[in-house]
Amino acid sequence: MDIEKPIIELRRVTKSFGRQRVLDDLDLRIERGKTTVIIGRSGSGKSVLLKHIVGLLRPDRGEVYFEGRRIDTLNEKTLVPIRRQISFVFQLNALFDSLTVGENVGFPMTENTARQVPKAKIRELGRRCLDIVGLAGFESKIPPELSGGEKKRVALARAIAMDPPPKIILYDEPTTGLDPPRADVINKLIRHLQHEVHVTSVVVTHDMKSALEVGDRILMLYNGRFVADGSPQALLESDSPVVKRFIEGIAEPEELATISRHADFDGRR
Amino acid sequence: MPRSNAIENWVSSFGGGLIAQLENFGRFWMFCAATVSYIAVDLFSVRGWKRLLPQCYFIGTRSVPVIMLTGTFVGMVLLVQGYDQFDNAGLIFQLGGIVNISVVSELGPVLAGVMLAGRVGGALTAELGTMNVTEQLLALRSMGAAPIRYLATPRFLACLLLAPLLTCYANIMGAFGAWLIFAVVKGTDSSIFWSSTQEMVEYWDLWTGLVKAVLFGGAIGMISCYKGFHCKPGAGGVGQACTQAFVASFITILAIDLFLNMIMNGLYERWYGFRSLI
Ligand SMILES: Nc1ncnc2c1ncn2[C@@H]1O[C@H](COP(=O)(O)OP(=O)(O)OP(=O)(O)O)[C@@H](O)[C@H]1O
Ligand SMILES: [Mg+2]
Repeated sequence: MDIEKPIIELRRVTKSFGRQRVLDDLDLRIERGKTTVIIGRSGSGKSVLLKHIVGLLRPDRGEVYFEGRRIDTLNEKTLVPIRRQISFVFQLNALFDSLTVGENVGFPMTENTARQVPKAKIRELGRRCLDIVGLAGFESKIPPELSGGEKKRVALARAIAMDPPPKIILYDEPTTGLDPPRADVINKLIRHLQHEVHVTSVVVTHDMKSALEVGDRILMLYNGRFVADGSPQALLESDSPVVKRFIEGIAEPEELATISRHADFDGRR
Repeated sequence: MPRSNAIENWVSSFGGGLIAQLENFGRFWMFCAATVSYIAVDLFSVRGWKRLLPQCYFIGTRSVPVIMLTGTFVGMVLLVQGYDQFDNAGLIFQLGGIVNISVVSELGPVLAGVMLAGRVGGALTAELGTMNVTEQLLALRSMGAAPIRYLATPRFLACLLLAPLLTCYANIMGAFGAWLIFAVVKGTDSSIFWSSTQEMVEYWDLWTGLVKAVLFGGAIGMISCYKGFHCKPGAGGVGQACTQAFVASFITILAIDLFLNMIMNGLYERWYGFRSLI
């Protein structure tokens, strides 16, 4: 296979919900073996973008390719072998409530009917992945009993516990809700998977520290398009006001003006 | 001008609503077809049974007490209502048979169905709806597992298979409840009760009731799963889906009941001639 070819490619993808246009004629090529970070304000369409990559959402216009094969026109059945090579960490974790943590982590392997992994191996791999995210011994708990950060970490363990390892991992805000040292572990984990297992990662995040640390390339989504695209260094040196404000965490003047406009919102004069 | 605008708006919203309804209807039948399509394969696989049995436990075993209670009350109420009338007319020797016919062919399956719709339908819709709004259905799809096969098929199948069994419980307890009032409370000779039952209740009545139960169970399972899979986001969406699932199941039960009664009566008359109960 041609190494230079992008593993994922979106061509002129447009997606609207009702009147709201979320993705607007978007092009994206994701390189094999690299970690691509997508940043953007809340509601800018990052999660929607990730869902297009595994066919959970279909573009209104445009095309999506996986390893050179067009996938946005495939039906659910033919998507299965492709989805089995991709792991998805959902923003809200999407752990299965009725299964234990251990069963959740083993789920992608037990349900993979195309490749039967022995039970003992599933358990062993699950145990090790839980250990990596700092949840050794949590196997028999159920997700509703866990704290927010613990759930996130179970979701991360579920995404990496695959045999063979996934080709691509899509992370939707992997470090949100984690304490800083734990977030650091996850950043290192993403790096480790890239270097040792050659996993391609796409990381959606608001966490600039994490973005700068894991990203080979950072893109910023704004109004349905990319307004920045380059190395972390290039991003830091960008002179686009939108990008600058995002990195420095400074609101736009109009946004601040809304506070004074609604100064009496609590009933005081 | 505003008047014609209002009419235009009304027409367009009516048309829009109609199209949405038709789309919904089409989606429902596609959903049914997909759910049913997995039954054959899953019945011959260990995984399929592993998914089915926990549902059978929840839908079947756990429903037995309420269903039995329902049946008992139905039998008792019918007997209390009919006793004085039949006694006065000198027909008390027929009462057991009449009550048991209505229990096994009509009230047992219908009330067991309604009970099941409330107890199981609500819970199924809430469970699947919550999974839907917390993206667990998307997670299943992203892992290459079909949510319909994984979640809807076992639930539908469990409802379909267990509704008739539960109806049997309701029937037995209905007869018992009626007997309780007849013999114990009213102090009538219980042999009259049982002999009239034996004489009047035919296998036909029993089968009619069980056929109804299968259809009720299937309808409850299908409607509840569908509503859960297609609920609107948020806690409100899940709640609304539960209400809709119950109402739709209930109305479907009544509609199926009516049609099945017409069909079964027609068949009976054609094959065995008119049957007089009085
Ligand atoms: N299924 C849907 N139906 C309607 N609108 C949707 C749907 N999914 C997303 N949207 C809208 O699309 C926009 C982008 O949503 P998305 O979840 O991608 O945001 P995001 O960039 O991931 O934000 P955040 O950082 O807060 O997670 C939002 O305004 C949202 O309201
Ligand atoms: Mg998001």
